[in-house]
Amino acid sequence: MSDPDLGGGVDARLADAPDAIVGVGPEPELSEAALSALPAEVFAQSLNDYFSAWARRLRNGESGALPTIGGLIAVMVFFQLEQSTFLSSTNLVNLFVAASIYVMFGAAELPALLLSEIDLSVGYAGAVAAFIIAELNQPPVNLPWWIGVIAGVGFVFAFGGLQGFLITRFGLPSFVVTLGGLLALEGIMLELATIDKTALGGVISLNGASPVYKLAGSVMSPALSWIVLVVALILMAVGLLARERKKRVNGLASSPTGVTLLTIALTAIGGIVLVLICNGNTPSGVPWVVPFVVIVLSLFAFVLSRTKLGRYIYAIGANPEAVRRAGVNVPLIRTIGFATCGGLAGLAGMVYESRLGSISTDIDGGQIVLYAVAAAVIGGASLFGGKGRPLNALLGGMVIAVVVDGLGLMGVGTGTSDIITAGVLIAAVMLDSLVRRRATAGLR
Amino acid sequence: MSISDDSSAAAADSAGGGGHGPLLSLRGISKTFGPVRALTEVDLNVPAGSVTALVGDNGAGKSSLIKTIAGLWRPDGGEIHWEGAQVELHGPKDAEALGITTIYQDLALCENLDIVQNMFLGHELTARGMLDETPMEIKARETLRDLHVVTVRSIRQPVASLSGGQRQSVAVAKAVMSNAKLVIMDEPTAALGVAQTTMVLELIKQLASRGVAVLVISHNLNDVFEVADRIAVLYLGRLAIEGPVDQFDRQSVVEYMTTGTAAQAA
Repeated sequence: MSDPDLGGGVDARLADAPDAIVGVGPEPELSEAALSALPAEVFAQSLNDYFSAWARRLRNGESGALPTIGGLIAVMVFFQLEQSTFLSSTNLVNLFVAASIYVMFGAAELPALLLSEIDLSVGYAGAVAAFIIAELNQPPVNLPWWIGVIAGVGFVFAFGGLQGFLITRFGLPSFVVTLGGLLALEGIMLELATIDKTALGGVISLNGASPVYKLAGSVMSPALSWIVLVVALILMAVGLLARERKKRVNGLASSPTGVTLLTIALTAIGGIVLVLICNGNTPSGVPWVVPFVVIVLSLFAFVLSRTKLGRYIYAIGANPEAVRRAGVNVPLIRTIGFATCGGLAGLAGMVYESRLGSISTDIDGGQIVLYAVAAAVIGGASLFGGKGRPLNALLGGMVIAVVVDGLGLMGVGTGTSDIITAGVLIAAVMLDSLVRRRATAGLR
Repeated sequence: MSISDDSSAAAADSAGGGGHGPLLSLRGISKTFGPVRALTEVDLNVPAGSVTALVGDNGAGKSSLIKTIAGLWRPDGGEIHWEGAQVELHGPKDAEALGITTIYQDLALCENLDIVQNMFLGHELTARGMLDETPMEIKARETLRDLHVVTVRSIRQPVASLSGGQRQSVAVAKAVMSNAKLVIMDEPTAALGVAQTTMVLELIKQLASRGVAVLVISHNLNDVFEVADRIAVLYLGRLAIEGPVDQFDRQSVVEYMTTGTAAQAA
């Protein structure tokens, strides 16, 4: 069959294998590009198959998280060669905490990107939430810390929902609405700082006794760090293996067991290295913010991959008309998406103020939103909608933190540092665009 | 939606032995846009279990007619009869509730979702608030197998990696899974290669053999004669002729399409 199309040879196979849906083994009429568009786990029968599929995707620039991890390692090696203190435990722990901010803001940008929209307001949404959280837990208000968190995150969640409502109800571009949101939230932040007489010079400190302060400002004990790691790894391993087993039992498409074990092993190695680094630092132990970020991202990933809401967010990013025709309330899903941007931005603002121990009106929400988009896109989320995972924000946030931190260690000025970070961002977006073009060109 | 008894349709049904009366019957459907008459007094019967081809030149009113059947437009005059009873379609949801599914040329698929996810889009099965993938994958697999769609590698591959014909198959399988009684396909073979076209035509025959009424809009007379049991020709918003396929040949269909009449019937 010389037809390069996937459907070539239907007649022959109709006769041969009337009950086979999944073809086993390589089919000669599949082009290299078409093959590379398939996720490796889709048709891999064994670990070997999986690796060859993976290699093929890599050659075609469709490899998911791998280039980001590779780039991350390369940048870290470069900085270590330049500055021997880079891989010291002190610097690495500092880097993890700094990265958690970029990661959280990157995750906050993700729902908008998945919907093929943009949210420019996440930076100042984080700032407003941070002010509310700090002020409600300080004199003269003195409310419990958790009320502050609920109020702060709740407010920006609602604000995000309002933006989503304006965008969907009146068909406005998200760029303009959230640009307005950026300005409005900056104004709200300044007003909050003015109302609060204790905010001297626009700065308000966190209550040192509150868990919000301890989030980035204090560490788990070394023993607890190990216990948390082991529990997390067991949960992940049991969950993954049980899911794949259930698929196999029901005769569904599943990944080879070797792949699942490899994923678990790599995660375990990463976790063990992280705990060893943190426990070797003074004070010894993993900062609380690390498990916090992991839990938030896991919940977010769960919602995106296992609920109708998540499914519709991805679907709308690719083809909103199809989703509308399927009878889904598209404006509602998009509004929830923008509200989620706001809510996650609120949590990101909390991590931000926790690291500084205070929140100031000097916060540059405009630059933060650029880093947020950069984190998501560098990690592999697409600006064109429908593609991206919370894991992408994690990896992208790490890259930005490493670049900023490493350049800082080398004594490079802020200006040069910004220019280099911009270069990394542009390179990532170019890669995204090239992959898309290649994928469409290969299939048509 | 109002359903009222209609004696003549009921009579036609009983004469045809229940299932053999037309599933959908249009009587004198007209639609005007200002001074433009898009449809004039169109009568059309679409029986279950067979393929009806709707042909006509550009601007003959094919799109207007399917939009009326799909409930997107309300006709200015005439009646729509469904299973022998008069119905009024106030929107696409009414048509869908009756079992009318329209597959437009863009197919309405999400490229980033896999086949199962696309087939269940908007009708996902859930267990305790979570997506329940197991029954969805099993059902999707069964539906594709019933339709003899055997060329896809895995039903967990994203639609972006499928060929045009395979995408058409997924769209059809989606319609079948929603228990559609009438599937309207708008130019299903446009932009497809030879092998792909064969595959889709095979699929259309499968669909009809399952008792589904299929209304295919096509420009391609080869495809029409390959797959259709009945042909209806629209000419300038009027139904020029409608009848079983053996009543036509290529020459006469072209004449009906271009002039509205034929010099000699075959």
